[in-house]
Amino acid sequence: MSNNDSTSKQKVTSTDEFIKGLWRDNPVFVQVLGMCPVLAVSNTAENALAMGLATAFVLLMSNILVSLLRNFVPKQVRIASYILIIATFVTVTDYAIQAISVELHKSLGAFISLIVVNCLILSRAEAFASKNTIGRSILDALGMGFGFTLALFCLGAVREILGNGSIFNIPLFSEGYQSWIVMILPAGGFFTLALWLLIINALQTRKVKS
Amino acid sequence: MSEVSNIAMQNPANSKKMLLAMVGIGIISAFLIVLTYELTLPRVQRLKAEALEKAIFEVLPGTDHTQAFGLNTDGTLFKIEEGDKSEAALYAGYDKGDKLVGYAVEAAGQGYADVIRIIYGYDPSEQILIGFQVLESKETPGLGDKIGKEEAFLNNFKALDVSVSNDGQLRNKVITVKQGEKQNPWEIDGITGATISSRAIGDIIGKSSMEVIPILHQNYKNGQNKMNSDEQQ
Repeated sequence: MSNNDSTSKQKVTSTDEFIKGLWRDNPVFVQVLGMCPVLAVSNTAENALAMGLATAFVLLMSNILVSLLRNFVPKQVRIASYILIIATFVTVTDYAIQAISVELHKSLGAFISLIVVNCLILSRAEAFASKNTIGRSILDALGMGFGFTLALFCLGAVREILGNGSIFNIPLFSEGYQSWIVMILPAGGFFTLALWLLIINALQTRKVKS
Repeated sequence: MSEVSNIAMQNPANSKKMLLAMVGIGIISAFLIVLTYELTLPRVQRLKAEALEKAIFEVLPGTDHTQAFGLNTDGTLFKIEEGDKSEAALYAGYDKGDKLVGYAVEAAGQGYADVIRIIYGYDPSEQILIGFQVLESKETPGLGDKIGKEEAFLNNFKALDVSVSNDGQLRNKVITVKQGEKQNPWEIDGITGATISSRAIGDIIGKSSMEVIPILHQNYKNGQNKMNSDEQQ
């Protein structure tokens, strides 16, 4: 988990609070948090996007509530109350997705309920929202949420294009294209994640050197 | 660590505050969950009913409206009206002229990953299955889920023989064979790469059709006889 937020929070600007989740502290590519949904639900671009947005929504709502209640919740029960808040919004999201599309709910399956145990959300509640104002917590949640969605989409797009020859169910190649089945199987998730981590790390090391 | 010293200094007033915080958050949570549940329930039910209706139209081409039926333990059918709570397992499809197109039958069984729920269409005049749809499956994407996508596999269900012999039993049980080895009209050509899933479909249909098709056949025959005698009068 990143703990540099609390020490440097007075100096950072609002834009920085938002941007850090997208790139410098990206929850998937840099912090490597919440790997269960990242590997499991990134087999198509559509699933990845839906999962990312669902997580972002839960993160936003839980950050708002945690930040609102930060002076009210005693330290000893804070983790229990964060989990309660997160679980509430996950249930709300679960119903909402069912109401949006039964198909989508079917393909995301058990992973919606598993947002509860996504350590990204708990880590933002503990490391950020419980120590910062609502405004900053919202910016942080949006940045981290979109960063997570972006990362999931990066994986999902690569896996769908290679594994299914399509993007958002729109075929990209001619009939003769032999899809790489392995890419939509769990193993493909690890391959794609490793590839993206390699690229991101290479870029960031180069930046540090120069 | 500040938390540790805090816990050490715990006093009764503090536990009251803890209790208050947890109960307070609990009440907010309960309120939010019940509110969303109540708000989304009608739409969720409508979407699920629509999905089922679409599947019935798919497996019984030419259907205009449907009627749900339940199955009594003694092998007779009873009508289920809209809003009725009992579980429907059978749907009769009628065309615009109120003529019976066929029956859609829901069935379920163990697949590779989890239980697969399917629906298939039965044409009682021809005594064949005329359509098949996967309602719910968690089969492996790219391999097992071909049971709902592969054209060649779905073509099996355009005229699958489920004829009933005179003793009221199916002549031949529906079964899945290896890809390319289909020889008889009651066999399902399997999928290479989705062996277990395609075999599971054969087993589900085989088991379900053994139980349901003779009853539907009998019902259809009775209906025909009644119609004929009505016409004669």
